Amino acid sequence: MPAVLEIEGLRKTYKSRRRGTRNALDGFDMRVEAGQVHGFLGPNGSGKTTTLRTLLGLIRPNAGRMRILGQEVPEALPVVAGQVGAIVESPQFFPHFTARDTLSLLASAGDVPATRVDEVLELVGLRDRAGERVKTYSLGMKQRLAVASALLKNPKLLILDEPANGLDPGGIREMRTLMRTLAESGMTVVLSSHILGEIQLICDSVTIISLGRRVAFGPVDEVLAQHSSGAVRVRLEAAADLPAATEVLTRAGVRVTGQADHLMLAGVDKPAAVTRLLAEQGLYVSELTPVTVDLESVFLELTATAPVPGQHRQVDQSTKVGGPEQSGAAGGRWGA
Amino acid sequence: MSLYRTELRRLVKRRFTRYMTLLGLLVLLAVVVGTFLTNEKLDADAIARAERQAEQSYQEQVRWTAQEKAACEAAKAAGTADDGRYPDDCSVISPPPREAIETSWFLPSTFDFRESFAETLIPFAGILALVGFVIGASFVGAEWSTGGMMNLLLWRPPRLTVLLTKLAALLTGLLTVTLAAAVAWFAGFWLVATFRGNTEKMTAGVWQSFTLTGLRAVALVLAVTAVGFALASLGRHTAMALGGVVAVMVVGQFGLGILLDMAGVRFPEAWLLPTYAVAWMQKKVTLEDWQSCNATVFGECKPDTFDVTWQQSSVLFVVGVAVILGAALWAMRRRDIS
Repeated sequence: MPAVLEIEGLRKTYKSRRRGTRNALDGFDMRVEAGQVHGFLGPNGSGKTTTLRTLLGLIRPNAGRMRILGQEVPEALPVVAGQVGAIVESPQFFPHFTARDTLSLLASAGDVPATRVDEVLELVGLRDRAGERVKTYSLGMKQRLAVASALLKNPKLLILDEPANGLDPGGIREMRTLMRTLAESGMTVVLSSHILGEIQLICDSVTIISLGRRVAFGPVDEVLAQHSSGAVRVRLEAAADLPAATEVLTRAGVRVTGQADHLMLAGVDKPAAVTRLLAEQGLYVSELTPVTVDLESVFLELTATAPVPGQHRQVDQSTKVGGPEQSGAAGGRWGA
Repeated sequence: MSLYRTELRRLVKRRFTRYMTLLGLLVLLAVVVGTFLTNEKLDADAIARAERQAEQSYQEQVRWTAQEKAACEAAKAAGTADDGRYPDDCSVISPPPREAIETSWFLPSTFDFRESFAETLIPFAGILALVGFVIGASFVGAEWSTGGMMNLLLWRPPRLTVLLTKLAALLTGLLTVTLAAAVAWFAGFWLVATFRGNTEKMTAGVWQSFTLTGLRAVALVLAVTAVGFALASLGRHTAMALGGVVAVMVVGQFGLGILLDMAGVRFPEAWLLPTYAVAWMQKKVTLEDWQSCNATVFGECKPDTFDVTWQQSSVLFVVGVAVILGAALWAMRRRDIS
């Protein structure tokens, strides 16, 4: 599938006499294919918004290459801007204009037909409140307006930074449906969010960033599979057989952790082999359950941001690829 | 072109723009109405009344000097005239000549279009320049602080084009308001002169001079507007422009004025911006140094003078606007938007 968005070796460094040098982006890579809903995940301060701002020409990078719809940016931004809809960080609008005025002015600046304004207002559920000033809107309504402004151009690439922020449960579900519908219509959606359950439900693929570097990428299923520990829970018909089963499995090279009424096995490629091995020794399995992982646990593992009792993690305390905590992890070139 | 039209729409749609423009126009209207109410047309009755008052005043002077002369002579006779209250020779106490008390002193205020209109263009320019500065600063400052500028740049990435188009729309709006207000100002004071003064001796040359002064007023309004816009864009907030101008006026002008005065600098007004604004409008301001004396053949002391001309003012304003606007454009092009 052709790539709609490609980033290679992106660097952004902030220098301060007082605070020294900080690499907000440290050789970051990313690739999003056409027609996908792509999740862009990372802890606070990991570089997500900096990446999006850089991509959209708001921040000047120190190094790296970026392409949108096959065009080098920021040079070609004036050409591709009409095909990219984006909201970056929290929605911000002039508070004294109505939603319709806000969208109408944007449409006018971008040579978009005025009829499109009502279409997107209907799409995000603001039709009946479009004549009210933005300052009277709740955060969720502003978020809907932001999404409407991004959809106004009917873009080929839609970049949404925390679009579900402030939405009520119904709004979150509507947003999820909208994302899927847009992707099915051929639009590519890049979604940055901390609601990992939503990302797992909506997205085809993900990129996870930590301290300015990519720590994982690929289709959601593959990322989950890659970081699944291969753990399996085993119960036997007779709990008294657990020590014997432990001995048999350990001899076969399986890592076993004994519990009161079951065993936890690690590093099991084929759960069926466990059944066969135990049955050959007259030990009969009553339950054999692969322990699945979800995106949240993978994210916490990859970024090393899981809360630790008694510790207060600081925003920059997360995994750095190639750093002392982890080495030799994903690099990344075009199409990696 | 669509961006230019959009920015014009945005400018007109903003309540702040409407209220500030309305406020400025109301102040201008108040000046015209105030001038109308405090002036009168001079008819024969008014002149006769003034002549009677001048004569009455002269007679009072004659009576008073006669009393003083009598008192002086009485004091001389009593030998008590050495307290310095009276001159040595009482005969020098005499009334002023009749022509010294002018009838014009007793005439009611009247608006002479030829004599007075040019002066009114200074407050006209000042009020509209203030309105332009505040609207210009708010127009771009509010866009920066509310995120509107970032939204717009997602649609129109060329930053300089966006900023310059906004400025062009702003100046177009202010030019329209200023020209319309200038026409109304001319018409208003023409009516004041017609009904509460006179419109005599209006030659083509006088009209040309007024028109040129009016155009200089328009240029001043646009320059100040551009400075307000550029300062707010530079600081990415309306408050930057307003704070900047307060700082310049309080510290840079009042403070500097006091400092220069205390230091005994010659022509301290030559260091103050308002002097150049007035020189721009009046074509020339002559500053005087009262600490110097240039004797004349009549034995008078004439102070040293220093002329600030409209050409000097124009150089100062062009350089000032270019530097501030250039800095705003440079910052727009180079600084990250976060």
